[in-house]
Amino acid sequence: MSAPRFNPGYVIGLALMIAFPFIVTTFFPSSQKYYLHLAIQILLWAFIYTGWSLMGRFGLTSLGHGAFTGIGAYITVLLWNQTGLTPLIGIPVAVVTAALLGLLVGYPCFRQRITGHYFALVTLALTEFVRLVIVGMRDLTGGSLGTQPQRYGDGISIYAVQFEPDRMLAYYVALVMWVIGLYIWWRVDRSMDRFALDAASQDEDAAQSVGIDVTREKLKITALSAGMCAFGGAMFGQYQMYIGPDTIAGLSVSLNMVFAVIAGGMYVMLGPTFGAFFTQMLAETLRVAIQSSAWLKSTLGSSALALDSAIYGLLLILFIIYMPKGILGTAIDWWEKRKSR
Amino acid sequence: MDCALDIFFLEAVLNGLLLAGLLALLALGLNLIFGVIDVVWICYAELVMVGMYAIFHFHKTAGMPLVLAIPLAILAIAFAGILLHTLIIRPVLDSAPINQLLVTGGVLFLLQAVATMAFGVEFKNIGLQLGSLPVGEMRFSWNRILTFLVALAAMLALWQFLRRTYIGTAIRAISQDRQIMPLMGVDSKQVYLITSAIGGGLAGLAASLMVLQFDIYPQIGLQFGPLTFMICVLGGLGNMVGGFIAAFIIAQFITIGGSCFATEWGYAIAFLFFMVMIFWRPQGLFGGKA
Repeated sequence: MSAPRFNPGYVIGLALMIAFPFIVTTFFPSSQKYYLHLAIQILLWAFIYTGWSLMGRFGLTSLGHGAFTGIGAYITVLLWNQTGLTPLIGIPVAVVTAALLGLLVGYPCFRQRITGHYFALVTLALTEFVRLVIVGMRDLTGGSLGTQPQRYGDGISIYAVQFEPDRMLAYYVALVMWVIGLYIWWRVDRSMDRFALDAASQDEDAAQSVGIDVTREKLKITALSAGMCAFGGAMFGQYQMYIGPDTIAGLSVSLNMVFAVIAGGMYVMLGPTFGAFFTQMLAETLRVAIQSSAWLKSTLGSSALALDSAIYGLLLILFIIYMPKGILGTAIDWWEKRKSR
Repeated sequence: MDCALDIFFLEAVLNGLLLAGLLALLALGLNLIFGVIDVVWICYAELVMVGMYAIFHFHKTAGMPLVLAIPLAILAIAFAGILLHTLIIRPVLDSAPINQLLVTGGVLFLLQAVATMAFGVEFKNIGLQLGSLPVGEMRFSWNRILTFLVALAAMLALWQFLRRTYIGTAIRAISQDRQIMPLMGVDSKQVYLITSAIGGGLAGLAASLMVLQFDIYPQIGLQFGPLTFMICVLGGLGNMVGGFIAAFIIAQFITIGGSCFATEWGYAIAFLFFMVMIFWRPQGLFGGKA
């Protein structure tokens, strides 16, 4: 394998990300909390989306990852609330459970060559199943109202993996997670498995005939992707200090994942991150625009809440028809074509 | 388990039968679209939701009688099916199947959001109660019985249409061979349009039956959509008879499971059953195209 190229852009980018809280504190001291909150949400979702794209880029379009984020969040919180087990153990338990569930569902799928929209529909059933189980166990989970992890002391603790009151800390936690997520993506991108999976996604029989164990390769990436999403879901719950079957599990979470990754670009490392940035900023900009404009507020009323999903939906349609590589993917293509000319 | 073979169990089985009619109708439209155009409308249940709102709007806001509001809504959704096909499906007909599925995912978001903006998140109801039919100690609501009968009639009508008419034959032919039939003089573009209109019309019909039983809210599609896909895949995507039988199996899981434990568990068991079955027979219980 060739030595990694060192792109100075990445170093500068990362340095800026590390400095971000200080920049915000210096220039916008009064709204520091707000900007950090936005950044944390983007980073956490970027991690989850990156996890999804590990499978998505190989044609394994899963609508089941809402199940994995849900399992991550719920197992962690339930172990903590019911048995007092520290999330330091609870999160690994949740991640392993999600990965095992991924294998359990993945194995028959891959053995039976369930691909394309069949795979999407079967994994959609998984999402619904997990959401229904969460709602059904309402004595433990709070049903559709959701539940909260019990606050430990002042809410900042390594033992309880709680960091929500200190936004600076939360930001760096999210940043480290995000970097790890990108590192995993990069490792997969440079591995032999990537070539195997690329081959399998194009022609499974051909891949099999040159000695690729397609099922095994797919299972590996599924376990990794499911585990990442569970970890992301668990940390998201710890940061929000609230988990609900519709905010962290369920079909809309799955669909949001797919949309954000498609918008950003599935085949480039920062695509899912860009997707997270784009979707969160879109929702936030619209929210602020509606909040600050009396005219918009009065014309739209309470329905303003749905404006962002209307625009999401419209953009998703346009992206898939006109820009299937996503914003970042298309931009990079355009840039490279220009450079080579 | 405290649900032995008593009167409640029998009631659950019979209610399951009534539910199955509705589910079978929902699955029928989606199966028709898939069988002919080879596209999954993942927003199918959202079309139904829009149809329910249309009926509510025509009936409650515009003050039309239901006998006028319902056909009007069915026509509107049939037209929506044509629009969906022309504007959104046609540009992606040659892309990867998964893109076709995802593009209708965008429609799902859009329709849900537009419904929320237009009608708000509150539950709406057309408030039509037809009373119930007592059978021994059991009671069955007329709304459900009517739903079942209309669904059954619609399925028979579609069956006859596909068997007896020229265009029906063309639709069946296209669904068997998408490449050859255009060479035989079948205009696939036109057949796709007619199929989309029928698929939309069936969604509108399902909507008019669902307003008899359920409250209307923007997320109702999320409740019925996954269920519909599950039934279609279980019966073999595109296989209309398979979907019909699968609807009856799934409905029994939902009502019996629901009466033994709680509603969600009925659904959860149905989804679990679905996943296990699909691993065993990925092409669906009743063959069909893999």
